[in-house]
Amino acid sequence: MITMKKEWPLWEIFVRSKNGLEHRHFGSLHAADAEMALENARDVYTRRKEGVSIWVVESKNITATNPDNNGELFEPAQDKVYRHPTFYELPDEVKYM
Amino acid sequence: MSEAQIKILEEQFEARISRDEKIEPKDWMPEKYRKTHIRQMSQHAHSEIIGMLPEGNWITRAPSLRRKVALLAKVQDEAGHGLYLYSACETLGVSRDELFEQLHSGKAKYSSIFNYPTVTWADMGAIGWLVDGAAIINQVPLCSTSFGPYARAMVRVCKEESFHQRQGYEIMVKLAGGTPEQKAMAQDALNRWWWPALMMLGPTDAESVHTAQSMKWKLKRKTNDELRQQFIDQTVPQAELIGLTIPDEDLKWNDTEKCYDFGAIDWDEFWQVVKGHGPCNKSRMSARINAWENGKWVRDAAMEHADKKEKKELNKVG
Repeated sequence: MITMKKEWPLWEIFVRSKNGLEHRHFGSLHAADAEMALENARDVYTRRKEGVSIWVVESKNITATNPDNNGELFEPAQDKVYRHPTFYELPDEVKYM
Repeated sequence: MSEAQIKILEEQFEARISRDEKIEPKDWMPEKYRKTHIRQMSQHAHSEIIGMLPEGNWITRAPSLRRKVALLAKVQDEAGHGLYLYSACETLGVSRDELFEQLHSGKAKYSSIFNYPTVTWADMGAIGWLVDGAAIINQVPLCSTSFGPYARAMVRVCKEESFHQRQGYEIMVKLAGGTPEQKAMAQDALNRWWWPALMMLGPTDAESVHTAQSMKWKLKRKTNDELRQQFIDQTVPQAELIGLTIPDEDLKWNDTEKCYDFGAIDWDEFWQVVKGHGPCNKSRMSARINAWENGKWVRDAAMEHADKKEKKELNKVG
């Protein structure tokens, strides 16, 4: 079995499906550089008109939260109902607000 | 972590799955969950990649431009599906090189159906109709499996695959309605692919060792035998419609059960092919390994070029 000198790095692929929408994460792929990542992303993720714009980011450049910290990070939002409009009481006469 | 702690984590984990929550790559998971997923997803990816070979055999000999562009697009989709699945698999911390190494060394399996030869053009019809038909039955339930990256890849795969089966059936429809020779060719392809397609849905429930665990993790929603029955019930009328005969003398409609009874499957043949003694195991593996080894200089050169370009950019900035 031969081994490669170095495996092509991994890239994360983001695609804007049409103008007016944000780029969304579509998946990942290996490529030697950014240019090749774009070319490969076109073939792998947009064979059926799925996109009008592609971003590629080398996976190692993404910093992510750790799911172990999800409690302290995201749970505090649960008891802050006053951040939602339905928390506030209005007189019945006020129909739209 | 102590055993007791792991047990608690495992219970919480199983509870999440039974609540239909998805598991994402960085979440805690039992080692067995990780290993099972690497095994199944990589096997699935390898099947897509090896699956290109029997059909690639006919691209240059497709009978018309219409058939050629369709077959080419189908094979290209299979390459894409392999890539979606490999990258989903890599989120579990295994590298692409390791996955290829497992395929090339024979440690990892791929679907046995691809070890049968494609000897006539009608085989392109039979593969799309039967092999993709069986694959879709297997794959649709996986769109809601518990592991997020696998489920997302399967949604895309299933969406794209719906044309694969249609293009195959269309080939069969045309041949079956053609000259007596063309019809005979279609029937011959059905005769050769029918039983391997049934085997594709996996060993009988009694023999299937992973079923219970896989059901729990939603890697499976129905048993192999249920899926096989579903495949037979949907396919038999499609064969009748175009005047082809399913090569099974025991096949008949069971009016009480509202499904087809069918003959015994030759499981010895299945296990022989799994063990590497099918008609094309050797040629499939050598085609794959040759493609990988002959492409090495290209991969290395591309990496070298990228490194050089990056250094040049850095020098400019410095």
